[in-house]
Amino acid sequence: MCTTCGCGPDEVMIDGEHSHHEHEHVHADGTTHSHAHQHDHGHVAGAAHEHVHEDPQAHSHRHSYAPAHAHAPGVGTRRMVQIEQDILSKNNAYAAQNRQRLADRGIFALNLVSSPGSGKTTLLVKTIELLKGRQRVAVIEGDQQTSQDAERIRATGAPAIQINTGKGCHLDAHMVGHAMGKLELPDDSLLMIENVGNLVCPAAFDLGEAHKVVILSVTEGEDKPIKYPDMFRAATLMLMNKCDLLPHLTFSVRRAIEFARRVNPGIEVIEVSATTGEGMDAWLAWLERGASAAAERKRAAVEAPKPPIAELEAHLSPAS
Amino acid sequence: MHEMSLAEGVLQLIEDAARQQEFARVTTVWLEIGQLSGVEIEAMKFCFDAVTRDSIADGARLEIIALPGTGWCMKCAMTVPMAEVFGECPQCGSHQMQVTSGTEMRVKELEVA
Repeated sequence: MCTTCGCGPDEVMIDGEHSHHEHEHVHADGTTHSHAHQHDHGHVAGAAHEHVHEDPQAHSHRHSYAPAHAHAPGVGTRRMVQIEQDILSKNNAYAAQNRQRLADRGIFALNLVSSPGSGKTTLLVKTIELLKGRQRVAVIEGDQQTSQDAERIRATGAPAIQINTGKGCHLDAHMVGHAMGKLELPDDSLLMIENVGNLVCPAAFDLGEAHKVVILSVTEGEDKPIKYPDMFRAATLMLMNKCDLLPHLTFSVRRAIEFARRVNPGIEVIEVSATTGEGMDAWLAWLERGASAAAERKRAAVEAPKPPIAELEAHLSPAS
Repeated sequence: MHEMSLAEGVLQLIEDAARQQEFARVTTVWLEIGQLSGVEIEAMKFCFDAVTRDSIADGARLEIIALPGTGWCMKCAMTVPMAEVFGECPQCGSHQMQVTSGTEMRVKELEVA
């Protein structure tokens, strides 16, 4: 369990289904053992919870025996093994795959991070409504429990998929890759990934997004950027939400921006209110700039190899 | 920050190496942890013991190699030591700093049997 926030890695569900997971263990005697299971859940309110294993014996065991160990303990058998790998390298490899898939399709993906209660989902709903007819949007929602947020998004007409992380305190690139496969992502669209409300752990986990966008509502402390510096350092843009409430608060926008720039001198800031619509034009313009740049990069990449192919075809055409 | 996930990442790298290089037991693990990585060393040790229980690294000693933080001060136009990610330049007091090293979290090497 995470000593900071009490999370654990188990129990990940994507739209109510366990993702197919494979476990591999290396036992103390050097044998490896791997098994995979697929659970199907049919939940009816109040009904008994049942796991259906297609084949209850479907565990595959793969044993690879290390050479026999007949040595006396500690006698001449010890050696050093160089690893030199980043602890997050597995996640980063999945993130790189996601990023490539997104680039190939010209999709502009954002990872939205904030504390719980900053108004992320309301802001997202408002954004989708304002972009209707201008920009196609799909959403991946991350929460520990319930699919309420995905339902709120689907009510706008945008496709949405819910990842429930169970005890987990953040989304990782592997979960997001699975969710991307299940979601209808149109080419040249916008993918919004709403991370679990948490200003700590999601900072370290790259999902393959173009940018992290941190949302700070003005009902929170203006010193949050220096209390949770990793997140504000990882973000490209800070949205200051609930700005319509400023007249009733002592929150200083200037000080909040100063704190954010102290941890991240290059961070961009847009002040918005999802309720009154204030500042939304600037936010939508930022989104559309990013989305058209992603679509343009895809188009350039697709068109780039064409001249050599035409040349090749000219070479291959029978000489007359 | 999320030492449990990190400890699991360490164990995965160890298990991958065990399959490739055929060893059955890990006795010591060396991690390089940057001063600005946000990793709490005591939490990391606690979590490492928890996740390696009944694995090939059960009972292994965890050695942490702390790497110092450095940053580029835009005002001084030079590399200076940094103690915190939002730290100030020890030369001029400016916060216009970019971290250049100290965010590492790496498995460096293992002693295996």
